[in-house]
Amino acid sequence: MNRFLLPVGLFGALVVVLAIGIGRAPQKSVIPSALLGKPAPQFVLPQLGVGGQFDSRSLRGRWYLLNVWGTWCAECRAEHDTLLAIQREGRVPIIGLNWKDEDGLAVQWLQELGNPYASIALDREGRVAIDWGVYGAPETFLVDAAGTVVYKHVGPLTAQVWQREFLARLPPAAAGPARDDAIGPPGAVGALPGGTPAAGPGPAAGPS
Amino acid sequence: MLPEIGHFALILALLLAAAQAFFGIAGPALGRERWYAAVGPAVTAQFVMVTAAMAVLVNAFVQNDFSVGYVAQNSNSALPVFYRIAAVWGAHEGSLVLWAWILAAWTLAVALLSRQLPARFAVRVLGVLGVVSVGFHLFTLATSNPFARLSPAAPDGRDLNPLLQDPALAAHPPMLYAGYVGFSVAFAFACAAMLEGKLDQAWARWTRPWTTVAWAFLSVGIGLGSWWAYYELGWGGYWFWDPVENASFMPWLVGTALIHSLAVTEKRGLFKSWTLLLAIVAFSLSLLGTFLVRSGVLVSVHSFAADPARGAFILAFLVLMIGGALTLYAWRAPLLKSNAGFEFTSRESFLLFNNILLVVATATVFAGTMAPLISDALGLGTLSVGTQYFNPTFLLPTLPLVALAAVGLHASWKKGRLGERRGPLLVTLALGVLLALAVIAGASGGTRVLTPVGLALGGWLMLSSLVDPVDRLRRGIRLTPAIFGMALAHAALGLFVVSVTAVESYTVERDVALGVGESAQVGRYEYRFAGLQPLEGPNYEGVRGEITVSEAGREVARLHPEKRRYWVQQSVMTEAGIDMQLTRDIFAALGEDLGRGRWSVRAQVRPMINYVWFAALLMAIGGLVAAADRRYRQPVGAREDAASPAAPGTTLPGRAG
Repeated sequence: MNRFLLPVGLFGALVVVLAIGIGRAPQKSVIPSALLGKPAPQFVLPQLGVGGQFDSRSLRGRWYLLNVWGTWCAECRAEHDTLLAIQREGRVPIIGLNWKDEDGLAVQWLQELGNPYASIALDREGRVAIDWGVYGAPETFLVDAAGTVVYKHVGPLTAQVWQREFLARLPPAAAGPARDDAIGPPGAVGALPGGTPAAGPGPAAGPS
Repeated sequence: MLPEIGHFALILALLLAAAQAFFGIAGPALGRERWYAAVGPAVTAQFVMVTAAMAVLVNAFVQNDFSVGYVAQNSNSALPVFYRIAAVWGAHEGSLVLWAWILAAWTLAVALLSRQLPARFAVRVLGVLGVVSVGFHLFTLATSNPFARLSPAAPDGRDLNPLLQDPALAAHPPMLYAGYVGFSVAFAFACAAMLEGKLDQAWARWTRPWTTVAWAFLSVGIGLGSWWAYYELGWGGYWFWDPVENASFMPWLVGTALIHSLAVTEKRGLFKSWTLLLAIVAFSLSLLGTFLVRSGVLVSVHSFAADPARGAFILAFLVLMIGGALTLYAWRAPLLKSNAGFEFTSRESFLLFNNILLVVATATVFAGTMAPLISDALGLGTLSVGTQYFNPTFLLPTLPLVALAAVGLHASWKKGRLGERRGPLLVTLALGVLLALAVIAGASGGTRVLTPVGLALGGWLMLSSLVDPVDRLRRGIRLTPAIFGMALAHAALGLFVVSVTAVESYTVERDVALGVGESAQVGRYEYRFAGLQPLEGPNYEGVRGEITVSEAGREVARLHPEKRRYWVQQSVMTEAGIDMQLTRDIFAALGEDLGRGRWSVRAQVRPMINYVWFAALLMAIGGLVAAADRRYRQPVGAREDAASPAAPGTTLPGRAG
């Protein structure tokens, strides 16, 4: 009689392993980044809106987020509201890496949805994204004041991810609004209506 | 508007599947025979609805409707139409719709072809299939809606993953899913039998052709995938023990065991509860494969976008389906009695050992696949399990299995009469050994310890499988499709073993740096880098090399390996240049551009490699031929003679049940 219960018992053990596996799966999307704990790659790229070059060395000495996005990316639209909320919180500036995109479309996107970025570097060829080990947009990196990559999130940012993974890693020192720094107030990108959320940004679209 | 109709069709399909499940299971359980009549129409209507959803999705891809998020993610206006259609199942959401559609098609086939079954039993089978359908439709609608709109629409799509831009994408997933889903039929038959509390030989006869056809599809699906990896990934191998490859291979192994154990249940009424368990496990492993691919718990080249929410949903589904079936098994299987016996060298014993070895082989693959997960769950750190583990541990049970098959094909049911077949057995074994010796003598080096073993065993099995059909033809006895199919499939397995042994032993490979005009020696062949031209395709650009290969000064092949850069995703793909011939493949892939006109070139010469896939195809054809045998379509009760119990005095106590 008992041997007939054996399969269901083994299956139960398997379910436990799989459930633990699921619990840990979100952490796994972090591990593959070889950059964690390493210095963030340097880059100099044209800047959207204000013109001129954006030099990543100007970020030295402060915490920042690097958000890789493109107007062709459906999930980027889904995370846009979260980015705007992070910008309003003002704890850390968001640098946008506009990846393999057209400048005109990017401007249009930001006018429509609002601009959460402190600065936007234009990676038209996708070379800088390769240095950062980007697989697909959106990806968001958290870089500390020493220029070390502290965390990487793959896929759209949500309020929960922001709370759980990013805020927990930010030191109290970075808690104050970093408005006095060289990159300027968050959202001020030249001619763009910086920091103004677009009227009624509809429900986050796209499968996610 | 159309995508909304597709979405609505999926919702209707869910409701219809729920009706199918409810009336199919509750009807018999409550003894309401009038409810049975609702099941058939629900099956048909569900199929129509899923077909409609599928058609809408295909249309969205063909029309470049980038207002649909899934289309924008996986297609592009520059993508050729053929790939736009195949791209429908190129990612998670669409492949679920394909899965649901194949399931609906299998269910419809069961409904149409089960007229000979007792009504209550047939309705139960359809009810269980309905439960599976409900699970998949719910999963699609709740976590993975392929029709979700993008607002505003994307100007163009992100393009299909270049790795998938290959004709094989059109066939590999549908074949694989037809196999996975096909095992749901055996699963439903098993659950229905347990609900009935009765499992007779007629049950096994109904289940057999369905299982064999599913197995044949799975064989073709796995073979295609392996072939695809060989020429597309540019690694030059045919099997990598990748978690997802294993996920498709485990149901195949258990399905193979199931086919053999069903034969014993049909012919002799033995192994009943064991057969039930295999039917449950074969489908469970198919579902587990789905879980592993889509939940992100294992890292693999095949991974779909990892999403723990999806993982949690599938896990819940697994618990309900598999946990439910296994609980039913624990409750009902003890009631099934087998009281016939068999002698030690009878066919039953051989099939018993066949099953044990196949299950052990599955267990080794399972252990290797799950080990990283278990180690991670126990907090022991990340663990990587590779070829060094899989190759030896898998061969341990499977090499004896080949010998067992060569002998077991000649065993009779019930009685140990192998002695009478000693002649053909020894002759074919001697020929197998001769083949091995001839190959080893003819080959220049490369022979390893297992080379003679593999060649001799494979050759033996090939010849041994053909003894019976040849004998029948010579004596003018009718060669039934069942016997011919069985012989073909086993001969194909022998061919498979021989070709894998040859590939593993005699492959020559070198990675060399070549500039245009330079040459390198690879085994007996001289590779000469003749030229390099720019290349432009519909959605990519790149370079195309020309490499001439000569043997003893005579040109034998001209290869055109390519390196492509796809515009939208900016990813670089390697298209290997392969010269395929009956006896060997000459292979070249372009590696890195080393600068100054020099390239790293991966050069390989693989003997017999095409027989590996040809053998998989032959196995599948053997299965299909056997499943087409007329006796599976005879009305119930026409063959009860097979059920006659063994004569007293010749029996051993029943081994299974």
